[in-house]
Amino acid sequence: MPEGIGIQHFLILSTLMFFIGVYGFLTRKNLITILLSVELILNSVNINFVAINKYLYPENLGGHFFAMFVIAIAATEVAVAIAIIISLYRKLKMIDVENVNEMKY
Amino acid sequence: MSETVFYILAGFILIFSVLTVTSRRILRTAVYLFFVLLGTCGFFFAMEFNFLGAVQLTVYAGGIVVIIIFSIMLTSDLQDKLEAAGVSKIFFSLLAVTAGAAVCISTILSYKFPALTNNVLDSSMNTIGLRLLGYQENGFVLPFEVISILLLAAMIGSIIIAKKADVNK
Repeated sequence: MPEGIGIQHFLILSTLMFFIGVYGFLTRKNLITILLSVELILNSVNINFVAINKYLYPENLGGHFFAMFVIAIAATEVAVAIAIIISLYRKLKMIDVENVNEMKY
Repeated sequence: MSETVFYILAGFILIFSVLTVTSRRILRTAVYLFFVLLGTCGFFFAMEFNFLGAVQLTVYAGGIVVIIIFSIMLTSDLQDKLEAAGVSKIFFSLLAVTAGAAVCISTILSYKFPALTNNVLDSSMNTIGLRLLGYQENGFVLPFEVISILLLAAMIGSIIIAKKADVNK
């Protein structure tokens, strides 16, 4: 057990990081920077899982494996999102969210 | 982990997170994200999750950031600055974000977390391997297999989405 550091420290850190990511998600226009904000959010959730595993349930590694699966899902999400972004760029020559309603038709 | 290490890592992560969402040079945002991921990796190592720290370092900081930087170079002009958001958009986003953060932080501070009874964290490579492929209690073989199929499907899907349309069709 790390001396002096409570679980609250980690939870507050990951809360702040999560909401910084949400702020980026709301204000950015470029698709790639929106993707970066989503990565920030997923990463903060990983810190949360690991801290809860370490402090509350150290006997079975549930949080550890959840964080590992979140990393794998993030990798697939980035691969598919970047494929979509590149094919959009080929069609529209720009990747701002305003133009993406083109995908509806 | 001592208190000093925690605060240094936390400050590092928070500063680079803010820079990630506010910087107007697109390549720099990716590099700032890389530093955030490195800081998180430091936390994993400090909490004795060595395998998870290594996975974070190779998959996230190594793989994902490189893919993102590649796609930035393919799709964006690096000299351009990103368009800044409007004042009202920034204002309302900040309002929503501070409200959400305040609710979460007040909940965390008021909740009484139970004290830890047994303090044995076994995160050796041996245990991780047995759990990951175990089908008894606390085994994770089903999500492990499902995620392998998901990775295959995502790989095929992204190849099909990103390939050039057939000219002769």
